[in-house]
Amino acid sequence: MNPLELARSRPGEAFTVTFDDRPVPAVPGQTVAAVLWAAGVTAWRSTRGAGRPRGVFCGIGVCFDCLVTVNGRPNQRACLVPVRPGDAIRTQEGTGHDDD
Amino acid sequence: MTERAHLAVVGAGPAGLAGALAAADRGVRVTLVDAAEQAGGQFYRQPARALGARRPEALHHQWRTWRRLREGIERHIAAGRITHLTDHHVWAVQRASDSSFTVYALRGPAEEEGATVRADAVLLATGGYERVLPFPGWTLPGVVTAGGAQAMLKGALVLPGRRVVVAGTGPLLLPVATGLAAAGARVAALVESAAPVALLRGAPALAAEPGKLAEGAWYAGQLMRHRIRTLSRHSVVEAHGTDRLTAVTVAALRNDGRIRPGSARRISCDTLAVGHGMLPHTDLAETLGCTLSGPTGTAVRVDDEQRTDVPGVWAAGETTGIGGAALALAEGHIAGRSIAARLRGVAPDPRSWAASARARARLRRFFAALEAAYAPPAGWADRLTDDTVVCRCEEVTAGAVRTAARSLGAGDLRTVKLFTRAGMGWCQGRMCAPAVAGLTGCPLTAGRRPFARPVPLGVLAALPDD
Repeated sequence: MNPLELARSRPGEAFTVTFDDRPVPAVPGQTVAAVLWAAGVTAWRSTRGAGRPRGVFCGIGVCFDCLVTVNGRPNQRACLVPVRPGDAIRTQEGTGHDDD
Repeated sequence: MTERAHLAVVGAGPAGLAGALAAADRGVRVTLVDAAEQAGGQFYRQPARALGARRPEALHHQWRTWRRLREGIERHIAAGRITHLTDHHVWAVQRASDSSFTVYALRGPAEEEGATVRADAVLLATGGYERVLPFPGWTLPGVVTAGGAQAMLKGALVLPGRRVVVAGTGPLLLPVATGLAAAGARVAALVESAAPVALLRGAPALAAEPGKLAEGAWYAGQLMRHRIRTLSRHSVVEAHGTDRLTAVTVAALRNDGRIRPGSARRISCDTLAVGHGMLPHTDLAETLGCTLSGPTGTAVRVDDEQRTDVPGVWAAGETTGIGGAALALAEGHIAGRSIAARLRGVAPDPRSWAASARARARLRRFFAALEAAYAPPAGWADRLTDDTVVCRCEEVTAGAVRTAARSLGAGDLRTVKLFTRAGMGWCQGRMCAPAVAGLTGCPLTAGRRPFARPVPLGVLAALPDD
């Protein structure tokens, strides 16, 4: 059993996005975090101070731990942002801007 | 021609939907403003439409109630009485000198574009979020909030991992553990710090809710069915792993909340779903100047009609105190009826909502008893090692927070923040405030944030001057 089977989900046609240049499968309606979780990825940010890995924590957009860079735009909450075909998702280092 | 009175409802969960329905049924024009793609809030969070779920009810409880709510809202939307603004993240509500209101929101997941809604009255149904108390290793990827694991399952139909430990305290842990198991995760253990006997102490209030007893029995059956081992009076004392979670250590708790020596054992897992109860979302109410009260001083205070002490502002659901979906429905319904009458300039007749008022009284008693039973274990703060990160955003350790309180004399959360930056980051202390309060002995006071979420400067600059 998996969640898609449990809810008898019939998503639209699958597509590919990239995570740090590696192709990752996705289906319409998934968030960035869901795509990465489904691919077994749990971390996509390193903190500004200690450079520690982070991923989803609250899952509802409150904690900002799951910040990620999507198509060059840093500080996107992976748990809220839906994926689109061809999205380039990148691990966010620190602030996500080249200023540190 | 005068325009019909207009109500803005912030939040499309059970409280907001019940309020919108009750008001629209009585001729009020309603704009429902909500951050999600679809109505439902956290309790009735729906799978994204594009996922094409043909059986979303498999992830839910009380589906019939949801269908009734949804059909009512859809009927009003079709008739033009309710406007539903989805993907609108409200960052402030302002009361003008003429007693009208402006609701400010950011649109879409990008949150770069502003939107405003004008209204004659506001119903705040902003819900709650999870409290998670820190422990060594809690910042490791793979450690998620219990509610977060559930939200990702309901909304995105995805599991956080394969082998999950569900831990903490509170009634949310049961649906999270059984829900994850039903969706295919292996739930290695359900670790609850409360003792079954603590629930018995609240027995009179708890037994007054036969529906809730049946719910409890149903969950017990589900735990057996999925062979989930329940460790009550236990706590996760540490999460292990270098760059991601690989195991947790759990230990038995003595009656005084301390660890039973020699009871620690390791459980391997790739996910820990952890939570210690809920906290109300009160930012918008605070900006409006609503008084907060409740047992922890962090819930919006309302009267019998669900009115806050700011004229024209009502509140219902978790924002007025944590009490679950059924209580939110009752409060929302009462608020909607009160609003419909007050906007016509007449006093409502409380007899017209007597059944909802009875349910409200009963459920508030029930959740007060539950809250006492599910209090976090005493001594959790003492178990925090000095190097444990408490503020996840600013990476402030327990040691730094202790120093601020003990050596530097900080006596409130704001001063701790100024000394250490704990609570100054992206989440604005929503995640760490309960922990900082517990560590320092400072009261858990509301944050007083002018913005309920980060707002791009461009959106502020584009606001009209009025």
